[in-house]
Amino acid sequence: MSGVTEDKVLPNPADDTNGPQAPAEPSEGVLWRRLLRTNTAWIFLVLILLVAFFSILKPNNFPTEFNIRAIATNAAVLLIIAVGETFVIITGGIDLSVGYVLLFSGVTAAQTMNAFGNPTDRGWDLILLGLLVALVSGLAWGTFNGVLVAKAKVPPLIVTLGTLGMAWGMAQILSNGQDIRYIPSLLASVVGAGKFFAVPWLVVIAALVAAAGAIVLRMTRFGRYTFGVGSNEEAARRAGINVDRHLIKVYALSGLLAGFGGFLALAYFTTTTISGHANDNLNAIAAVVIGGTSLTGGIGTVVGTTIGVFIPAILASGFIIIGLQSFWQNVAVGAVLIAAVFVDQLRRRSRERS
Amino acid sequence: MAEPLLQARGIVKHYGHVEALRGADFDVFPGEIVALIGDNGAGKSTLVKILSGSEQADEGEITLEGHGVQVSSPLEAQRLGIETVYQDLALAPDLDGAANLYFGREIVRRGPLGRLGFLDDSAMHAGARKAFAELGVDLQNAQSPVANLSGGQRQSVAVARSVAWANKVIFLDEPTAALGVVQTARVLDVIRRIRDRGIPVVLISHNMPQVLQVADRIEVLRLGRRVARFNARGATMEQLVAAMTGGLDGQGSAA
Repeated sequence: MSGVTEDKVLPNPADDTNGPQAPAEPSEGVLWRRLLRTNTAWIFLVLILLVAFFSILKPNNFPTEFNIRAIATNAAVLLIIAVGETFVIITGGIDLSVGYVLLFSGVTAAQTMNAFGNPTDRGWDLILLGLLVALVSGLAWGTFNGVLVAKAKVPPLIVTLGTLGMAWGMAQILSNGQDIRYIPSLLASVVGAGKFFAVPWLVVIAALVAAAGAIVLRMTRFGRYTFGVGSNEEAARRAGINVDRHLIKVYALSGLLAGFGGFLALAYFTTTTISGHANDNLNAIAAVVIGGTSLTGGIGTVVGTTIGVFIPAILASGFIIIGLQSFWQNVAVGAVLIAAVFVDQLRRRSRERS
Repeated sequence: MAEPLLQARGIVKHYGHVEALRGADFDVFPGEIVALIGDNGAGKSTLVKILSGSEQADEGEITLEGHGVQVSSPLEAQRLGIETVYQDLALAPDLDGAANLYFGREIVRRGPLGRLGFLDDSAMHAGARKAFAELGVDLQNAQSPVANLSGGQRQSVAVARSVAWANKVIFLDEPTAALGVVQTARVLDVIRRIRDRGIPVVLISHNMPQVLQVADRIEVLRLGRRVARFNARGATMEQLVAAMTGGLDGQGSAA
């Protein structure tokens, strides 16, 4: 039987010199056309048009260094939680709890840093301890979500709606509903308001997180399994992938990033802002979906999510600068969200017909 | 004739008080295409599930290359070199052909990046191109998600995936049920190529003309037992139908 074994197709790829019909590498024109068929390209076009629109309308106020920096800084924390949300949605799930896991982690981190007296003049050791507590808090909520989704088979919408309420309530119980207003000034001045050359540290950190997320999603086995589980969970099981464990990891990652976001929000606002996170969940999900990630799973990119984060940020800034009420931002983001999902549906239907 | 590669003896399977298999036997010999046929409810699917590890037999024994084996799970079956292509293709439609071929068995890069789980996509694409080419599967665009492929191409990817990993036996459950004429011919051609490479193929099918066309040998199940074995050459449709429906007593022209 050994002869049979050696006949296996799978292949030492190195000796693949000339397969009879090795397909030609796609030419650049084909690549461009393929790109245009993706949602990411379209949504990037929308982003460029928005920037152009506001820049032409208010050339002295919109495209300024100050304004660009403000937009990017405001979007930084949202981008970090949206990266985790991207992984979750690609598995075909959803994480509604990120905004309040972020809040909870900010509260536990702030309380830890206040446990030894007024932290204003304290140094990096206490800041790192606070960061650790925030990360562990987020990771714990995320793992809890993942176990309930994967093992208890409760639908993710319900699990994370439940933990949304629990994390929110626990944050208020721990803090008695009072914002904690003292954090080490070093944290606020360096991480919250500091710059690396001309770029705010918050933006640098968010960019690094997004880059890492994109690399993990596209280039690693973890990313491949994320797509596979979202694309066909049964196929993943039959392929021998531990689907439950993977789902737990993905929700844990989302929680971890929410915890990290909570710490950064603390640095940025210098307070826990208990009442300020009502929209974070939906903004994160909207960013992911606007960025072309499919709610039915199996499709998505971190690049798209990044663009999806910036569209609401640019609308908000632009509307204020051209003098519209900022409430219009919510209307516009809602419309973009629906349009993005509509386009996704059209794409899926045309694919199924083919 | 050579020793059977895979042999099942006296397989019994109950579902509650329903007896799906009542002491079924089955043999697969090296290098053959053997068709497993039977009317609805004859126990074909149950037998395949047991041999591919999805279900456990209540009684009976399975030997592979003369050794008794416990096929306790689909993963155990895969470890033994037994692959199954299911009727509802177990592919991830959003992944491309290469990613599906290597799904769950990805090649990672050498060195520290590999230990972090970084994939070697070029190696997998090269391996996939080779695997598809050897089966004569023409994928216009190997980088395209399999959802964009035709039914026949998708079936071919699923078959290629099994061939790539099977080194003992491949089970194909109604591989052409959803396909058109041209695509069916392609898949049958792929099946012959697998056989010609020395890996026996078990074909589960309802389609009698197709079975007669492609199989070397035919085993017939009826009411949970093997009732007949035919050499495909010389067998007629009438004989097969008679065996399936009980119009024929005892063994057919024994193989």
